[in-house]
Parts: sequence; structure tokens; C-alpha cells
Amino acid sequence: MANESNKKPAMPASATGVGDRPKKKTFLDRHQILERNVTLLAVLSLIVVSIGGIVQIAPLFWLENTIEDVEGMRPYTPLEMAGRNIYIREGCYVCHSQMIRPMRDEVERYGHYSLAAESQYDHPFQWGSKRTGPDLARVGGRYSDEWHVDHLRDPQSVVPESVMPKYGYLEDRLIEGEHIGDVLATNAFVGVPYSEEMIENAQADFAAQIDPYGDFDGLVERYGENVNVRNFDGAAGISEADALIAYLQMLGTLVDFSTFTPVASR
Amino acid sequence: MAKEPQIQNNDPETTGHEWDGIQEFNNPLPRWWVWVFYLTIVWGIWYSVAYPAWPGIKEATAGYMGWSTRANVAEEIAAAEAANAGINEKLASVELTAIQGDDELQGYATSAGAAVFKTWCAQCHGSGAAGAKGYPNLQDDAWLWGGTMEDIHTTVTHGIRNEEDPDARYSEMPAFGEILEKEEIGQVVNYVMTLSGQEPRDAEAATAGEQVFLDNCAACHMDDGTGDRAQGAPNLTDAIWLYGGDYDTVHDTVTYSRFGVMPPWNQRLSEAEIRAVTTYVHQLGGGE
Repeated sequence: MANESNKKPAMPASATGVGDRPKKKTFLDRHQILERNVTLLAVLSLIVVSIGGIVQIAPLFWLENTIEDVEGMRPYTPLEMAGRNIYIREGCYVCHSQMIRPMRDEVERYGHYSLAAESQYDHPFQWGSKRTGPDLARVGGRYSDEWHVDHLRDPQSVVPESVMPKYGYLEDRLIEGEHIGDVLATNAFVGVPYSEEMIENAQADFAAQIDPYGDFDGLVERYGENVNVRNFDGAAGISEADALIAYLQMLGTLVDFSTFTPVASR
Repeated sequence: MAKEPQIQNNDPETTGHEWDGIQEFNNPLPRWWVWVFYLTIVWGIWYSVAYPAWPGIKEATAGYMGWSTRANVAEEIAAAEAANAGINEKLASVELTAIQGDDELQGYATSAGAAVFKTWCAQCHGSGAAGAKGYPNLQDDAWLWGGTMEDIHTTVTHGIRNEEDPDARYSEMPAFGEILEKEEIGQVVNYVMTLSGQEPRDAEAATAGEQVFLDNCAACHMDDGTGDRAQGAPNLTDAIWLYGGDYDTVHDTVTYSRFGVMPPWNQRLSEAEIRAVTTYVHQLGGGE
């Protein structure tokens, strides 16, 4: 095999990549410097892609119209936050989105399209990317608590065509919220406006939301009138089902749409 | 054996380098490709001017086409509403009972009501309206609160036992576990089973249960157990059960009571939509 033809022939004197075309070097010809230097190509590609990313993402942090000014949004109560964590733990977002797009079919089925303000306290957001089940962005108040209990226990008992798995065990798992103050503090760290007072009283508020006959004045004072105080699963004790249903019944109900006028130029 | 490179006279030049005997022609890019490439650049510039694109200090450029998703959806919904405005207004304003006399209204209300039903009602009452345990079947002739157009309309508008609407239909069966003795509960459950023609678990207890029934249940369910729609008290003689008619289920119902809730729909649906779904439910088979 080793013979003359395996040797590299000497490069022509003008081997810039254009053969020996007798031409003036144009600006575009300099492109060949990139084609011949893979490291330089990689570095410059990275810069180009970064510019694209910066132009798309960075302005969202300073443009004033990214997040609308709306009435009613509040940080989640400790119980709702616990429910949200269960929602994430169980992977609900894999099948359910929380993002109603501004399209007629979605608006007529699910309600007003989602606003950026409605997920401003979500870390991470739960927009999802696929709907095996329906969108949940405005599921709050749409069904009774009893329906949610029945549905979590055995989805097919109320919706025979459903493919949702059963989550009845959530009712049996009692929680005390001993770490919920830490969860709130962590969210406060990333910008959710939880006050010192909210964090201090987190566990008390957590328990107060479940007892309509107890003292929930502090909870309402801290989080506002639009807090549902009920025994969500209808059973004694605070179960994971209580927390999850409290979260679901709140979803999409916070913004006061009677005071909101959408700006068309978004 | 590697072949000598075979370059013909009329071939284009090569790029000048060679890898293991492979050389590369330096063909110019096809003209059409180059033009398409330039065209995409021009289109990109036009697009960024025509549509919302460039971020500024306060907001992004709006684009001279004035395109907006939110405006589009508002327009689309307004157009759909305008198209149905006439008939919706008529549907919302005529006498409830007159809807069925008007073929056009009846046809429109039934199809529009089917859409409303599948969006808002099917999750509890089932996509075929056959209900589920705890959620009434709307196909049959048994009604808790009445099956006339007016009755259904009131139920849909205000819901049942909810906290949101003060006009919601409301009644609450006491949890007799706290009122009656265990033995009495067993007796009355046996008696209730006989009302619908079932074989009681204990015939003797059933006989004794009649007095318990008359003392505690008859006020709402009537002496003969046929119920009272004014209070949403179900008819116990028709063998149609919301939660189940076997001994254990009835025992649970008597001991702990039931408290089914239906949301008020006047906060989410328009009057025309409520009337449409009322018409749809009424014509399913049980309408009175």
C-alpha cells in the first residue's frame, strides 16, 4: 500500500482554498480563514448564537411590559405551596399544562388566556409542554372539592375515558408542614415577596387553612381575602390530598379580571 | 492500489488539498441557492420591521403591521359572538318554555348546549350525561330538584350547596350517626331497602325501622319515601341511587350523610349559554 500516491502532494503556492484562481481576494474569501480553523469557527459560532439568545431573553428582564400590572396576584399560601410541591413531585406537569394560549378554542374551553403575571411566583413555572390531560391553569373553582377527592382517588370513576393514574394514597399521607417555612424562605430568596412574618408563621398558616372553624384571621391578613379556607379532602388531619386540592382550587383564580384591561400590543 | 486522480480538462479547479487521494472540486454555489440565501436575509430584515421584534428600553418595537396575538384572539371571539349575537339574544330573552316551541331556537340551543355540556359539565356528569357515583345521571326521569326547564335552569344558574352563590339550592341531611342509636340506624336502613323493593338484610329490623323512618326521615323524604323536590330529598322508592342502594352504602349515607356540591354557573357562563345547556339537558330524555 505504501507507495508514492499516498504521499501528500505539495500544496500549490496559492493554496488558500480557492485553488489557483487568479482573482483578487474579496471580503468573502476571508471566510476561508474560518473554514480552516475549527477552534476559531467554534468560538465565533458561540458568539453568534449568544447574540441570538441575548436578543431574545435579556430584554424580558428589563422591558416594562413583560409582566402585566394586575390586581390580586399574591404569593402562594404555605398549604398551596406544599400542594404545588406535591404537584411537581408527582410529575403532574408531564401531562397537564398550565398555560392557556391566546387562541379562540383554548380561551373558550379553559377561560381567559394566561398572563405572565400569573406565573410570576412560580419557581419553576408549570407551563408544561404537552397536554395528555387538560390544561389546569384555571381549574380553580371549576369543580367541587369532593370531585377532586373522587377524581384523585379514581379518575375513571368520574371520567371513564380518562387515562390518569390513581392518586388515592395522597389522602393517607398526613403532613405537618414542618419544613414549609424553609420552602417559603427559599422562594423568598429567589424573589417571591414572602415577608418575615409569613415565613415565621408558615406552619401555623399551613394548618389554619384546613380548618374553617379555627382561627384563620392571621392567614387571611397575611395573604388576603382570596384564600380558600376549607377541609379540602373532608377527612381529619392534613393530608397531601388537602394540600394538592388547595393548590388546584387556587389555580387561575387570583387575578381580578374585572380590573384588568389587556394591552393588545403584547 | 490508489488511483491517480483523474481530472479532466474541463473540470473546475480543485481546492488544492488532498486527503488520501481524494481531492475536492471548488465548485461555486448554485446560483439559485445564493439567491435564496440573500432573499432570506432580506426577508429577515423585513420581518423584524413588520412584526414585533426589536427590544427597546421600555418595550419592544410593535412592527408596522400592527400584529398582536391578543388582538387577534379578541377579534376572533368577537366575530364568533357577533355571528351568534342575534340568536343568543333571542335565546336569553324568550320565555324558557317557549324555546322548545321554536324549531330554530331549539336546534341552536341543543347544539350549543351540547358544546357547553362537554366543556363544563361532562367532568362530573359524564360525557354522555349518564353521571357517576355521587353525580346524578341526567338521562333518566329521576330528578333531585326537578326536571322542568325552570328547575334545570335554576340548578345550572345557582348550583347546589356551594359557597359562592347565596341563591344556590341548599339542603343538608343530618349525619344520623350522631343522632340515632346504632340499632335504629340498622333498622331504618333495612326499612329503606324495602321501600325500593329490595330484600332487607333483616326483615324484623325492617319492620321496626318504619317507625324510625317516620320519626326522622319522613319530614323530607315523605311518609311513603317518595322524596321532596323542594328540599332535594331523593325519592327512595324508585331503585335509582346516587351513591348506591345496597345495605352498606345506605348505612354510610344515613350515618355520615351526603353533601354533593355543584358550582354556580352564572359566574362563568352567559345567560344564553345557561339556557342552551338547560335545553340540552332537558331533551336528553328526562325533561319534564
